[in-house]
Amino acid sequence: MYGWIFRHLPGPLWLRIVTSVLLVFAALVLMVQFLFPWMSTFTQFTDSTIGSATQP
Amino acid sequence: MVLQEKARTGTVPGPGVVILRLTVQVLGELLITAGIILLLFVGWQLWWTTVESDARQSAIIKEFAQEVGGSTGSPSAPGAAVDYGAPVVSAAPGHAETIGIMYIPRFGANYTRPIVQGTTGDVLDTLGLGHYSNTAMPGAVGNFAVAGHRQTHGAVLDNIHTLVPGDKIYVQTKDGYYVYVFRNNQIVLPSRTDVLEPVPTRPGATPTESFLTMTSCNPRFGSQERIIAYALLETWQPASAGPPAEIAAQVAAVIGEG
Repeated sequence: MYGWIFRHLPGPLWLRIVTSVLLVFAALVLMVQFLFPWMSTFTQFTDSTIGSATQP
Repeated sequence: MVLQEKARTGTVPGPGVVILRLTVQVLGELLITAGIILLLFVGWQLWWTTVESDARQSAIIKEFAQEVGGSTGSPSAPGAAVDYGAPVVSAAPGHAETIGIMYIPRFGANYTRPIVQGTTGDVLDTLGLGHYSNTAMPGAVGNFAVAGHRQTHGAVLDNIHTLVPGDKIYVQTKDGYYVYVFRNNQIVLPSRTDVLEPVPTRPGATPTESFLTMTSCNPRFGSQERIIAYALLETWQPASAGPPAEIAAQVAAVIGEG
């Protein structure tokens, strides 16, 4: 899958390497901004208040 | 490997085999990706949230110190027991606004954390200790209750279990310094809202003293219980009298940053 994406990126080899690094970075940003905060609602490290077990 | 297999068997794999190989390959890559994402999540949760919150909280402390910095006098002499009368109690600020700074020498010489109004996720996850907005303000007769994370997002109360009776907890607001003395801790179920009562765990009782109650999760990486730390107001001094000698260096460092 990743090989297929890499082969289908446009441009010469160096550009494809740069593009893939940017893509990985974009994926990381999306994960930190949206995916991880959502996932952390399923963990139990962040319940420190009293009387609101469901509230983080 | 595919080429070797072809050479060995001497036959070209059929379309079914090709599709099967592709499926297995894509599935494998997706599973590896999922594994990497989960590892990244663990790193983010346990490490990055703390990096982020620490930076945010340092900025808040800096901002607050700049705000009150001008009114800070010279440190009072150690042991000088001046009675400044009843503590000044300021009005509760709006949600997510800074009330003051907490200094707990037991948690380290550099332990300074902002106290912010509210106990919702946006406050606790980034801004610092959250003040239960329906409880008293610092210095007031009653219960000044705050919550803080035990782990992740700054782990502001990670060492709450290391407090020893008699430990001083300093709360600095724009009005002055409130010195609380740690009394005891208690481990309760998350539903025990009576720890936030004006007299902790005694609903209906009329308070005559000023309590400080801190809540955090227990055990350290879980949330099945809550650990509660109770402290009592010992003294207070107005901002014009300067910080208590014990935390003068810390306050100076904070102001110096500002």
